[in-house]
Amino acid sequence: MSTRIPVLKTYKLYIGGQFPRTESGRAIALEGRGGRHVANYCRASRKDLRNAVVAARKAQSGWAGKTAYLRGQILYRTAEMLEGRAAQFAEELRLQGDSASGARKEVDAAIELLIHYAGWTDKYTQVFGTVNPVASPHFNFSVPEPTGVIGVVAPESPGLLGLVAGVAPLLAGGNACVVLASATHPLSAVTFAEVLNDSDLPGGVVNILTGLRQEILPTMATHKDIDGIAAYGTNAAEQTLIAENAALNVKRVALHPADALDGDPFRIMEFQEIKTTWHPVAIR
Amino acid sequence: MARTTPTPPDSPTIDAVGLAERVARFKARSLKAASKVSALKLALSMIDLTTLEGRDTPGKVRQLCRKAVRPDPADPSLPHVAAVCVYPTLVRVAKDALSGTKVRVASVATAFPSGQADLAPRLDEIRYAVAEGADEIDMVISRGKFLCGDHAAVFDEIAACKDACGEAHLKVILETGELHTYDNVRRASDLAMEAGADFIKTSTGKVSPAATPEVTLVMLQAIQDFHARTGRMVGMKPAGGIRDAKTAVTFLVMLRETLGPAWLTPEWFRFGASTLTNDILMQLTKQRTGHYQSARDYTND
Amino acid sequence: MAAKKKTRPPEKTVPAAPPGNDFRLGEPYAPAPEATDHARIAPAYGLFINGAFVSAASGKRFPTVNPATEATLSEVSEAGPGDVDKAIAAARKAFGPWNRLKASERGKYLFRIARLLQERAREFAVIESMDGGKPIRESRDFDVPQAAAHFFYHGGWADKLAYAFPGRKIAPVGVAGQIIPWNFPLLMAAWKIAPALACGNTVVLKPAESTPLTALKLAELLADAGLPPGVVNIITGAGDTGAALVNHPGIDKIAFTGSTEVGKQIQRAVAATGKRHTLELGGKAAHIIFDDAPVDQAVEGIINGIFFNQGHVCCAGSRLLVQEGVAETIVAKLRRRMENLVLGDPLDKNTDIGAIHSRAQLERIEALVRAGVEEGACIHQSGQTLPAKGYWFRPTIFTETAQSHRINREEIFGPVLSVMTFRTPDEAIEKANNTPYGLSGGVWTDKGAKIFGVTGALRAGVLWANTFNKFDPASPFGGYKESGLGREGGLHGLAAYVNLSR
Repeated sequence: MSTRIPVLKTYKLYIGGQFPRTESGRAIALEGRGGRHVANYCRASRKDLRNAVVAARKAQSGWAGKTAYLRGQILYRTAEMLEGRAAQFAEELRLQGDSASGARKEVDAAIELLIHYAGWTDKYTQVFGTVNPVASPHFNFSVPEPTGVIGVVAPESPGLLGLVAGVAPLLAGGNACVVLASATHPLSAVTFAEVLNDSDLPGGVVNILTGLRQEILPTMATHKDIDGIAAYGTNAAEQTLIAENAALNVKRVALHPADALDGDPFRIMEFQEIKTTWHPVAIR
Repeated sequence: MARTTPTPPDSPTIDAVGLAERVARFKARSLKAASKVSALKLALSMIDLTTLEGRDTPGKVRQLCRKAVRPDPADPSLPHVAAVCVYPTLVRVAKDALSGTKVRVASVATAFPSGQADLAPRLDEIRYAVAEGADEIDMVISRGKFLCGDHAAVFDEIAACKDACGEAHLKVILETGELHTYDNVRRASDLAMEAGADFIKTSTGKVSPAATPEVTLVMLQAIQDFHARTGRMVGMKPAGGIRDAKTAVTFLVMLRETLGPAWLTPEWFRFGASTLTNDILMQLTKQRTGHYQSARDYTND
Repeated sequence: MAAKKKTRPPEKTVPAAPPGNDFRLGEPYAPAPEATDHARIAPAYGLFINGAFVSAASGKRFPTVNPATEATLSEVSEAGPGDVDKAIAAARKAFGPWNRLKASERGKYLFRIARLLQERAREFAVIESMDGGKPIRESRDFDVPQAAAHFFYHGGWADKLAYAFPGRKIAPVGVAGQIIPWNFPLLMAAWKIAPALACGNTVVLKPAESTPLTALKLAELLADAGLPPGVVNIITGAGDTGAALVNHPGIDKIAFTGSTEVGKQIQRAVAATGKRHTLELGGKAAHIIFDDAPVDQAVEGIINGIFFNQGHVCCAGSRLLVQEGVAETIVAKLRRRMENLVLGDPLDKNTDIGAIHSRAQLERIEALVRAGVEEGACIHQSGQTLPAKGYWFRPTIFTETAQSHRINREEIFGPVLSVMTFRTPDEAIEKANNTPYGLSGGVWTDKGAKIFGVTGALRAGVLWANTFNKFDPASPFGGYKESGLGREGGLHGLAAYVNLSR
């Protein structure tokens, strides 16, 4: 009887619904407890970010144009997929240094959060939209619309829940995003990309890069085709970098602590634009 | 007469709220001093002094004719009105009373005001009025036919009426108060002009609302488009509901800014009105003397 | 208070008909000037800090000029950093008591301000037209009534904020620094002050240096209303004063309306300071006319879209996109309509096009129009006679323009329209969205489905379908993309002036 050699996974980037290696060809070795080699993951380059933004821009209007019901269905399906692979995610979190019990709780919380936002897709417009009683013969209404392409800086930890908390409200609201994953938990991000890819989410709506924050963030902050940045668990210097460069194209910026991960419709609204439409009213 | 198919281009639609906003801008024009006096005199010269009642008599019509020729006995320098408008049976009376003046005689015809008669007697009525001496015929269209979608029939009846008029000018009354929508008014205006109308006219005066500024503006814009497309000038006559000088001036402002100065003559614009005359006279006297006037001092023929 | 100007002579005698005032010939309208004798403008104004007018520490003053006559109307004080400091300190001191005031009582102050403004409406309108050059018809029928309506609308919100933010606790932001532009001086002051106060904030407002008068008159009115000292402070000055306000550590929030360029500077300046900010910036709105549009109303919408307030409007419909089938008709009608615009004395009731706001703005407009001609666009200007004094520009339309022309890229902020044609709705949408701006847009078509389809596809914050340039206190206003951040007006505008927590 011989021992079976397991087939190891190659962790790649997720761009435009595909899993390419970084164009730079660079990898980072992830070390687990005791400095044991766990896996290599891609060190994304600025060009990878650029490609991801192109993919996100291309996908965004189609995603926003899907019915709210369908967006909810797809988000719900990501929860289903995650549920089915809960053990895998828990194990992967453990490999990246989390405790076994904490890992399983985190996976459960991520599933709950996805379901929470799946339910918001066809409701936030009702809660935050208005019909405005203007003092002229016009019908006037305001609805939230997605801002567009959003850069997400995921918190270093929790690796899975932090990513889901950053991405899910954006998806619920019809945005596309380019995510810089946690550098301590990059494997969960790449595996979550597989969940997204299995959930009928159109390619390019979520793009996930792994790599170094100091390398990617300056490019993300200055990229003029990114409409907003949601950053979790950033330090003061990073926040200044994001906020100052936002002025290049009037980016919308939301800066949150690493643990601000509750389900919250106001989180959806951070990257919504209010559109107000007027039309005359008459019967003649 | 052979049935023809009307071929005007699609009429543009009208947005009622935008239309009302445009009218509000015209109403906000402020006419002062000499500008106001000249506008008031012009308005006076454009009036079709009208009596269209079952109780009309030759005596009433003769009194009206005297008013038409000399609206204000106190100011002989004022212009006479454009025309006197009566029923066909009183055309002869008016014609005689106005002989030697430049005041024209207009007659309603074609089963005024409803138009609910067969085409043949309606055409006969036109021929009768013209034979009696009418210079102008104010016909009514078949609103029923228009509203049930038979625009071709309306086109044909207008063309036939124009034929029956001979030398007389044809004013086509759309009775906008019964057409209800501005889209209908625009469509009917286009049909009428295409079918040969010399003037298009809002109303009989028997249906309310009659000549609102909004409906008049729709018709003026139709005239402008028709002129741009064909080169033919068509006249405009708002009738009914224009009772005071201020309203009349608004119509003239609208006329000037829509069709331009070429239309600012009685040849191309008329007011169908009866009580308007005295209010214009009162305003003119106020401009002259600086005193607000009393209606008691103005003849109510 | 110096009495201002003369009234027109009483109409007691028949004026001799001057040539050109016959309604039928030449200029149809005789002069119809609005009376100005009731409008009081002081020879000089201080800074309104802590409920009283005080001199700037430096004693510096600068003139404010009537752009229609180039005459100096008054002198206002130039607030330096020390003055800004004082104003913010006053606002900070007033914040606690103001915030502790029962919300319904706060609301009553706003209602009171609205009423006082309505009572003195004509005076404010006259001064607005004198200081900024806008036609009295607009200041009288639009700016001042809308300003009053904003106070009235927000007065009602003061004690109802809990209903605006479901599931959240609401707190005021604190001291708001507010910087407003010169195109709608009083109205912008109302847009800024009313929601700030309704939500329990206190304010330091800086009007534009070239149009400070109605804000200063408003300061008088606030004092008349008995508003507690320091709740609203109004300081005058130019860019340096604004920068001192933005950079001051004592403000919690900055609200800015103005150019995208300055807006970006502000966004950079407040980065990572924790200061909340809302920006209402420039625009280059597409105004789309389909071949099934209600043509005559569309023409009027286009005219109002570009010539309202001489085109000094951030949401002006400056890029006209016309479907090829109606392009010729629309342009012919526009050119006809332009000739009927009355250009001249802003105080004349018949004036449609007033004075260009300043010499600098006039030069900017002229430079861009020159660029349009040089780049090969076809220029059409109306034939009005321009007054000898003051700053004026004729209504102008460019045809044969392309997306690449500067006149289609840059905000002109003047009475200049550029016309492009398109063939299909997709092409119109693509051209409309092909700009870094996203403030407003317009669509004209008779087809309901197309209205919703096209307005839905346009990336802009305010869309007018079969109408244009409509505003209301209940209607949120603000931009997508580089046209700004946040909304003003309506329920959504309140968010700018509250801190929310669970």
